[in-house]
Parts: sequence; C-alpha cells; structure tokens
Amino acid sequence: MRSINYKQAVVLGTLPVILVCAPFAISGYKVDLLTNLLINIILVSSFRLITTTGGWSLAHIPMMGCGAYATALLAGQLHVPFLIALPLASLCAGLVGLAISYPLGRTKGFAFFVASFAAGEAIRLCWIRFKFPFGGHRGLSVPPPAIIDNVGWLDFAEARPYYFLALAVTLICLAIMYRLDRSRIGNTFRAIESQENLARSAGINVTGYKMLAFSLGSFFAGTAGVLLAHRLWAIEPHQFSFTTALYLLVWVVFGGAHTFWGPIWGVVTLTFLSELLRPLAEWVPMIFGAIIIVTLIFQPDGLEGLPRRLRQMK
Amino acid sequence: MAILELRGLTKYFGKNLAVNGLDMVVGEGQIRGLIGPNGSGKTTVFNLISGFLRPSRGRVLWQGRDITHLPAHRIAKLGLARTFQLTALYKELTVLQNVVMCAHLHCQTNLWQQFRRDRKTRRKEQRTENRARELLEQMGLAAIAHERAGELPHGHAAALGIANALATEPRMILLDEPVGGMNPTETAETMARIRAVRDSGVTLLLVEHDMNAVISTCDEITCINFGNKIGEGPPGAVCGKPEVVKAYLGEDVGECFL
Repeated sequence: MRSINYKQAVVLGTLPVILVCAPFAISGYKVDLLTNLLINIILVSSFRLITTTGGWSLAHIPMMGCGAYATALLAGQLHVPFLIALPLASLCAGLVGLAISYPLGRTKGFAFFVASFAAGEAIRLCWIRFKFPFGGHRGLSVPPPAIIDNVGWLDFAEARPYYFLALAVTLICLAIMYRLDRSRIGNTFRAIESQENLARSAGINVTGYKMLAFSLGSFFAGTAGVLLAHRLWAIEPHQFSFTTALYLLVWVVFGGAHTFWGPIWGVVTLTFLSELLRPLAEWVPMIFGAIIIVTLIFQPDGLEGLPRRLRQMK
Repeated sequence: MAILELRGLTKYFGKNLAVNGLDMVVGEGQIRGLIGPNGSGKTTVFNLISGFLRPSRGRVLWQGRDITHLPAHRIAKLGLARTFQLTALYKELTVLQNVVMCAHLHCQTNLWQQFRRDRKTRRKEQRTENRARELLEQMGLAAIAHERAGELPHGHAAALGIANALATEPRMILLDEPVGGMNPTETAETMARIRAVRDSGVTLLLVEHDMNAVISTCDEITCINFGNKIGEGPPGAVCGKPEVVKAYLGEDVGECFL
C-alpha cells in the first residue's frame, strides 16, 4: 500500500470535518454558495478531463446546459424521479458530447477552440429557437428533487439538505474522474496531447480517445448541470452563455490544468476571493482579468506550480 | 517473399508532384535504404506507407493485403511501425513509461478493465512493463530507465525511438533518419542496433542522409529524386549509377566526377 505522510493525514482528517460542519456554521445563503462551489468543482474537473487530450473546449458550458435541460424535461415534464433523472440527464449530455466530438475530434489547437465555440453556441441557440420543448428565452422550470417524501431533514428544497446531496454527488464524480486520470486511459490521453503522431503510430486510435475524453467530460458537465438546475428551480439559455465559459477558463488557467487538483484549487480560491470582494462587485470581472494576465505572465503553470516554485526559491 | 509492396504510388500536394508512380518491393528480413537528395519525397513515401497521408494514386500492399486507405493506428496494429525525424518521444514521461505507453496494443485490456484495474488487469500491466524492461535492456537503455525522455542525449533518444517502435511488436519498422545529427560514434552504435533488430527477424526500411551508414548497413537501396525512382539494387551498384551521382552532386559536377 501507498504510505500517507503526516501532512496528507492532516488534510484528509480535517477536510471531511470542514465539509460536514461548514453548512451548520453559516447562513442559508452562504450554504447555497458552497453548493454552487461544489457544482463548479465538478465542472472544472470535467473540463480538465477534456484538456488532458490537448483541446480547450468552449462548448463545455453548453454541455452543462444539456444536462440541465435534460433534467428539466425528464424531471420537470415527465416526472422522472431525481435519482433516475440525474444519471439519465448526464447521459444525455454525454451523448450530445459524443455527437459533436465526432467533427471536433478532427480539429486541433486553435481550430478546435473556435469549432467548439461554434458547436456550443449552436446548441444554445437551439434552446432559444425551439420554444417547444425548450421554452425559448424564458427557459424551463425544474422541481426541487424529492427522494423520500415528508421527511423534514430530507427536504431538498432547503439549502442544507441540498448541500449534502450535492456533496455526495460531487465526491462520487471526483472519485470516478480521479480514478480515470490515474488509469491507463488517463495516461493515453496525456500521451495523445504530448505526441499525437507517435501515439498514432503506436496503434492508439487518437480520434477515438479524443471523442471518449470529450464525451466523458460532457457527461460530468451534464451532472453539474443537473445539480445546478435542481437548485435554481429554473433554467434559461442565458445562464449557459459565453460569459460563464470565460469564468470557467479563468478558474482553470488560474489553478493550472496539469494536475488533477489544480483546477479545483483555482475554483475554490477564486470563489472565496470573489466573496471577499463582494463590496466591490462591479470590479470583480476586471480583477479576474488582471489575475489571468498576471498568472499567465508570472506563473503560467497556475496555482499548482506554486509549491514547487517556492521550494526552488529556498 | 515480399513483406511490403508499393505499386505506382503517387502523391500530389496541390499541383506539386511529390511522389511519382513509385514501385518498390521490400523483401522480408532485409534492411532497405531509401535515399535521395533533400526534398526528393522520402518522408512523403513514409507518410504514405504508414497511413499519415493518403496517396493520390497507387496502392500499398502489406503481406499481400491492400492497406492503402487504412488509418495510421490500424496499420500499426497490423505490425508496421515507424519512427519520426528528430525522434518524437513523450518528453515528460520517463524512458520506461515511454516504452510502456507504446506497448499499448499488447496490453490486451479494454477500457472498462483499464478503469477498474482489477488483479488480472494489473498482472497484464505488469507483464507489459516487464516486456518494456527487456526491450530497454536490448537497446542498452536499462540504466537510464527512470530518466525523463526530454532530457536524453541524442544517441539515447534515437535508441528510445527505436525501442518505442519495437514495443508495438512489429514485423517491419520504417526508420526516418535514425542517425540524423549524430556524431560518428553514436552513428556506429545506432547502426549496430539496427542490424541487431534485423537479426531478430524484423524488416527495416530506413531513410538516411549519411551515405556511409547507408552503404555499410543496408542490404539493398532505392534512390529517388523528385519523386521518381532513379536506381535500385545493392548499395555498391546504386551509388555508382550516373543518375544517382548526378542527383546528389548536380549535372556538371557529376560529369567531372565520372
């Protein structure tokens, strides 16, 4: 077995305590912020899954929207129970991802960036254009999840129970993605990013693996979308626009995408930072812009590269 | 017996004719050299054979089977491996990890097994790693198995490139400038390794500029210029041909030389 050192033990010991106790120490509004943070953690991790094959997708937020819309139709219109709608809606997002990854897998670098943006916008415009079933500009309403009726502490319309539901889903998603990252599949993804031609000549179906990464990433983005939709109770196309995608890019660039934990560090740090800067709310986009520029110039590896750099400075 | 056969292989880039109706038969178990001046279309031929480019006309036969329109990874699966000019390696991985990654085809695990990593899968992965270590031993890289591939000196990087190709357990390897930019010692070492690979039963086709290396190693040579074949046969005979000398040294110098 792998031995765990002292520092890791402290982190592994205190983190669960914080995650469980935190919602009881703060107000309901702030619990919702934490829930949102969990959703964004799934989002950045699934985004990183796609970046490991080398493509930075701008279609990721619309993919999240696919999950949200799917659950709005499944749970909202067809009254499918939440626990079934969650995987089904994620699967829908994954399948949409699979469909658009077929053309996207054949593009590289900047072309991929632009093509994914176009694909994402096309999906978003479908939601606006087709009033049935997507509700046009006004979107759709989503019911709060009911897993077991009439139990007070399981009323997921409340902030705290929903936080724990989101926490459970987040942990499961992260565990699967972590495992994936560490497996031979993750190694193959990185090999493709590193030397696409060598991978091809070693018999790796490069396009196939890129499609796999994109679909899996879309699947988990869809999961994040489901969690978001069931907390907001209503979704509209505007939520999944380009601005949101920019925030996603900022989180991942700031955290760094080389390690599994980098993007998570990024989103956690910047979420708390923007909360601290609440009095300066109008300035937050500008501050984020400055952070991105400073990061790219002075710390292109992002937050995850900091510990190594500090060690080297000593 | 022919392991690889090119029939009228032709490639246009726009209006430029890069390869013009090339016919070539490579016998099993030989080292074949493909030579020609810069820009004569050698690397294009490699890319056409290995599926990185589609030919405009003509066919590629692998052990009698038409592989002209197969994608690159399928061709690799059939046992036709290749290396790249300036040796493409997974730079951020270690030497051992490079070879393990290239042994992808022989892991024989599906995606679900790779995700679950149960005991059987781990045993298979262990076997792949052992095979990779054997290969490193064979190529004289065992001592540096845990160094990062991006930091290797030129000779070792080239050896690793060949080890990567061997990891796919090929019947034949296409080597693109295996000794490009090497000093004489490194060249001699690499050529000895290439002969050892041939002796283990793998056919080789190599593109190379270093004429001494080509003449001393290859069993047969094919010389092309502007996409046309201008000579073929044993090294001594091909290099004496007036067309070949002309192609390398130019019309006037060629005449003086003769």
